[in-house]
Amino acid sequence: MREAGLAYALVLPSLVVFGAFIFYPFVRNFYLGFFRTPPFPGLPKKGVGLTQYREVLTSHDFLNSVKVTVLFAVYTVPTGIAAGLGLAVLAHQKLRGIGIYRTIFSSTVATSVAVASVIFGTLLNPNVGLLPWLGLQTNPSILQNPSWALLAVAITTIWQNLGLSFILMSSGLQAIPDELLEAAQIDGAGAWSRFRNVIVPLLSPTIFFAVVVGSIFAFQSFGQIELLTQGGPTKHTNVLTYFIYTTLQQQQDDGKAAVLAIALFGITLLLTLVQMRLLERRVFYAR
Amino acid sequence: MTEAARGDVDVDGAGIAVSLREVTKTYDNGVMALGPIDLQVRKGELVSLLGPSGCGKSTALRIIAGLEAPTSGTVRIGSRVVNDVEAKDRDVSMVFQTYALYPHMSVQRNIEFPLKSRGMPRDERATRVREAARGLGLEGLLDRKPAQLSGGQRQRVALARAIVRRPAAFLMDEPLSNLDAKLRVQTRAELIELHRRLAATVVYVTHDQVEAMTMGDRIAILDRGVLQQIGPPQAVYDEPANLFVAQFIGSPSMNTIGARVVADSEAVAVELPGARIMLPAPTGAAVARAGADDVVLGVRPEHVRIDGGQLPATVSVVESLGHERHVVCRLDDGTMVIVREAADASPARAGDAVGLSVPSEHLHVFDAGSGRRVAV
Repeated sequence: MREAGLAYALVLPSLVVFGAFIFYPFVRNFYLGFFRTPPFPGLPKKGVGLTQYREVLTSHDFLNSVKVTVLFAVYTVPTGIAAGLGLAVLAHQKLRGIGIYRTIFSSTVATSVAVASVIFGTLLNPNVGLLPWLGLQTNPSILQNPSWALLAVAITTIWQNLGLSFILMSSGLQAIPDELLEAAQIDGAGAWSRFRNVIVPLLSPTIFFAVVVGSIFAFQSFGQIELLTQGGPTKHTNVLTYFIYTTLQQQQDDGKAAVLAIALFGITLLLTLVQMRLLERRVFYAR
Repeated sequence: MTEAARGDVDVDGAGIAVSLREVTKTYDNGVMALGPIDLQVRKGELVSLLGPSGCGKSTALRIIAGLEAPTSGTVRIGSRVVNDVEAKDRDVSMVFQTYALYPHMSVQRNIEFPLKSRGMPRDERATRVREAARGLGLEGLLDRKPAQLSGGQRQRVALARAIVRRPAAFLMDEPLSNLDAKLRVQTRAELIELHRRLAATVVYVTHDQVEAMTMGDRIAILDRGVLQQIGPPQAVYDEPANLFVAQFIGSPSMNTIGARVVADSEAVAVELPGARIMLPAPTGAAVARAGADDVVLGVRPEHVRIDGGQLPATVSVVESLGHERHVVCRLDDGTMVIVREAADASPARAGDAVGLSVPSEHLHVFDAGSGRRVAV
């Protein structure tokens, strides 16, 4: 009994911090969604129960935002992981000077989303960037072109995350004993077969981790949208986080924003559960 | 290079499974790991590469496997020069010290992998895997993952994966050193049986001289990248080419005693600590021919007798192993001489002053400067 008391006492500080900054806001968010924000500040809020949830979650803007967010994740996550893995395999050689390449490949880990956005914003700028220098006219500019804007933001994101992806995959690769790859070589496996039959299965826990965490990151991307496209053109890059942000900051509609935030949470949770169910069966954990 | 150190067997290459000619390996940092080394392994022969760690034996094996490229020299598998052939296309298989089983594959798939890599049809693969598994007693374990196997079972799977392809040569890199002592002795015998049954060519790397002696048709002893001697185990034991080999092979190792050569008109004698001993005529003649002033006398522990002989010594420790005794003696200058006695000999006691003798036919003489054997 006394031990249990001590245990609770020791847990209490972190419980207080979590409670104040995570659990309470989380529950409060649900509650906020039950109230419609008045059209003019100062008027009383109106309790509407689940009506606001229904309206927001079936609205065209919301569904568009989900579509954009999912597309953004589809563009960025698999490509980012594949590129990181490819570079990691390339750099996993005992060659002189390979450290230079490793440094280059991992360098974007030191850039912030703001730096990445400014770099790509400049590169894609129709007047001063790389494109006019190459003699390419872009009108409307790529970041304002409905067909290209999301892709451009996705490429920026892939580039910015490449360093992290590379480091993650490299550390996974280094955990594979050289002897396994040598054994495969002697067993007659060529480079592709070694990659497919030895490297990928043994990297599967790392890849699985990267897919789950990468998807969560993708669903929560904000900075590059704000800096490059502000959700435009015509909401073509209006991902959920950006949608929540504009709803709250520009429309001052905290009720609707709360519903959107709950939706983002729900989607992320669902996605993660599905990934765990589907992917984990194919992951090999060495014991 | 002396004749004894050359691995020559058959210069034409007929009947040779693996051959290294003038092979060297120098690493990027300038360290010379190997050579130049000449080694020829006959078809169906088991050659042990023996030496202390860092002697280059694993490097030699990896060069044969194609996992490392030689800096110079020629590597042949059969009659084919394979310097520029990738490891996957050399017809060899390898057993690693850590077994290097694919942890995510079942035993079945592990054994099958070399066949699958070479595009063998499924039916034939299944037959071969079954055969290999039966030969090594793995039938009941085919669906298990390596993590679910004991060390000895993993070792068998590694062997099965190596034999399933029937390669031109098996390369084994300390395959027994991760097993416990009892299992090692048992597996050693099984490996010899397997080698006989398959008439397989094996290059076997080990640092354990007992393994090398018991398993090898011939043993090749390396030190610091240089081949010291190659020959049948008994020949290497009986006539070590130099001091390194003499002391590396045999346990307890050969006793060595520094001596000065004293020649007079009639015979050649040596000054030992506390005694002067006449060398038998042929040995004396050989020493005189070699012109050495200082020699090292070598004698195996089982050939020294405590019988009141000419060489005075003091018993310092008596180690009883049950079936035999090791009597550790000190000569006047402190040189250690170990005598191996049968357990039923009357025991010496620590502190006893004794006289040692050595039958002349068991006396080895080495040049103190070069360490080479003075051949009679």
